[in-house]
Amino acid sequence: MTAHLSRRTLLGLAGAGAGAYLLAGCGDGKSDDPDAPQAVNWWHIQNTEPMLPVWAAMARDYQGAHPNVTVEIQPLENEAFKAKLTTATQAGSPPDLFQSWGGGVLKQQVDAGLVKDLTDDVRPWIGGLLPAAVQPFTIDGKIYGVPFDVGMVGFWYNKDLFASAGVAAAPTTWAGVLDAVRRLKAAGTVPIALAGKEKWPAHYYWAYLAMRIGGLGALQQAAKDHNFDTPDFVAAGDRLKELVDLQPFQKGFLGADYSSPDGQAATMGNGRAAMELMGQWAPSVQASSSTSKKGLGDKLGFFPFPAVDGGKGAASEAFGGGNGFVVGKDAPTATVDFLKALLTADNQRRAARTGAVLPTVRDATDAISDPNNKIVSETLASATGFQLYLDQAYPPAVGQQVNDSVAELIAGSKTPGQIVKDITTVAKSQ
Amino acid sequence: MTRPSTVPHASHGDKATDPSTPGPGVTRRRGRRPRRGRRAVLAAFLAPSLVLFLLLVVAPIVVASYASLYKWNGFGLPENHVGLDNYTRAFRDPTFRGDLWRGLVLIVLSLAIQLPAALGLAMLLNQPLRGRGVYRLVFFAPYVLSEVTTAVLFTLVFSPNRGLGEAISRWLGADAGAIFADPDTVLVAVFLVVSWKYFGLYMMLFLAARQGIPKELSEAATTDGASSWQAFRHVTLPLLGPTIRISVFLSVIGTIQLFDMVWVLTGGGPIHSSETMAVTMYQYGFRRFEVGYASAISIVMFVLSLVFALFYQRVVMRRDTEGAITTQGVQR
Repeated sequence: MTAHLSRRTLLGLAGAGAGAYLLAGCGDGKSDDPDAPQAVNWWHIQNTEPMLPVWAAMARDYQGAHPNVTVEIQPLENEAFKAKLTTATQAGSPPDLFQSWGGGVLKQQVDAGLVKDLTDDVRPWIGGLLPAAVQPFTIDGKIYGVPFDVGMVGFWYNKDLFASAGVAAAPTTWAGVLDAVRRLKAAGTVPIALAGKEKWPAHYYWAYLAMRIGGLGALQQAAKDHNFDTPDFVAAGDRLKELVDLQPFQKGFLGADYSSPDGQAATMGNGRAAMELMGQWAPSVQASSSTSKKGLGDKLGFFPFPAVDGGKGAASEAFGGGNGFVVGKDAPTATVDFLKALLTADNQRRAARTGAVLPTVRDATDAISDPNNKIVSETLASATGFQLYLDQAYPPAVGQQVNDSVAELIAGSKTPGQIVKDITTVAKSQ
Repeated sequence: MTRPSTVPHASHGDKATDPSTPGPGVTRRRGRRPRRGRRAVLAAFLAPSLVLFLLLVVAPIVVASYASLYKWNGFGLPENHVGLDNYTRAFRDPTFRGDLWRGLVLIVLSLAIQLPAALGLAMLLNQPLRGRGVYRLVFFAPYVLSEVTTAVLFTLVFSPNRGLGEAISRWLGADAGAIFADPDTVLVAVFLVVSWKYFGLYMMLFLAARQGIPKELSEAATTDGASSWQAFRHVTLPLLGPTIRISVFLSVIGTIQLFDMVWVLTGGGPIHSSETMAVTMYQYGFRRFEVGYASAISIVMFVLSLVFALFYQRVVMRRDTEGAITTQGVQR
């Protein structure tokens, strides 16, 4: 009993500051009447061109049609968003509508009762979305979020650099990738750009290799058993080691950011590396961080992650994820309606036309004009299976350990056998 | 105020009034024991800062030490009590042990290189020198920048493929471009940036202290045949003692809590090679949502700082703080 009391007192102290914040938010009016004046507090991470003005315009349109609703937009940079959301959710006061990638992080928020179950609200229209996109937002059969963007990770390559190194066709096997790397190196080209400081880009290699070697089932089974110490995952590390041993990355890659002026995207966009393994946003970030602000244009090509000889996974299985929005527990009633308005086919087309978003609404896919986006969209549409990024799919501690461990493997401080043990230790502790 | 000197009824055990103090000619400070009305005024003026201190300093420490006993992801209330597991985990965690080692290395480097360099510069800039003011300004300038600005600046300078550092070192026939990307050099690189930012502060402190030393002292030493080194070693340096001791103190505490600079420069990497306790704490608290474990790390940081601060103030700085912490000493 005493423990109970002191716990309350302590947290009461801690919550005092957060409480003031909560109280301030209470003025919004939480009545169930959809026509009552209300404010929707919206956090998104499209804080730059081209999506920033598009979201703003959609919010303006909605407010024009619904004069009782005010949409308060808070555009945040990705990392800043994560830090700010952590503080807000730990204080128990999430925003009304906010960015989510689904998966393990969303599950924690669901378990803590911070987000709304949208299953009944979205049932009439969720069928118009690609099922693979909705999957990460579905937890225990219930839908907690709606994706507006979905894509997959694959190799983006510079056609000119491939041609001048004598690599005629895009590789279709892992051995082919290694061979291309050797040829590119021999031609004096940096084969691969990698942002080693931000560990998530490196984890794509290990995750995709594990998927091709062990199949989708292996990844799901590992999450269920909390066990990554299997021959398939060790083999994934071994194959990655083969690549790392060729020293394919740009100079100083261990300290490189993703989107800084000297980062992975800029290295690609400026034509100083031949390929990168990245998601559907790669072309637009390459362009915006390149010196010319244009990127590679039609010199840029895409090929899916190739098969691994003897692997159980098919090359048609996709690894990726998307962006979506979830609704905070205290959100006013208009929030879900506003979310629905953002996801109409027309608004999805507007978003798709920027080239920065791959729409999740089937009817809007006709608005994809960029040829690279088209390839990604078609590859994804014909995918035979889908796996969310591991650092999103698993609980945060496991996801971060995957990222840390793969970074250690690439830096050469741990072996493939050691990293699966480290990841398993963390997974078991969860 | 020409009241006759009030001699309060000195009671036994009243530490405020040293009975051995020679009686005549010593005036006692008025109001050392405030009257009732003044106490109310004191309380009223103290209250706002006391409330803030309790709310923003004491309460978080209490909550963190409480949370550190739980396995808790930060959502809802902590319920899974694990005793001291988070602490034993920290001291078995190779990353955290590495943090302690790296902290020690940074402290040693600071005390062995940064402070002596600042002292040397201060002595140099105390000499009659043309453009002295300009030098002082230039050396002090980095201190004015925020840590984040400094860190962003240096990531640009040492950008491996297009930075100024790369260009200059290549011109010199060396290769400094990737010092932040190499696990072997990154800690020294971070130390250099920290030093670049803070040596100006210590230089100013030393300079101010040096100027507070009367010229006559070193002149007298020189007259007695002391070389300039002897005059520095036996006259100037001892008189700079209080400033040197407080600089060491600031430097050590600052290093224990180092975060912003490392976070922006390297994020603690590559492979934890530049990670500090505060960075590890952030990684666990805000990336992995292991708030209980992160709280334990923060408490270890707090205890280390506290123990060092108490020990240092009581032992090393005892003479400097006399009269401030203790109530002994003659009122001047």
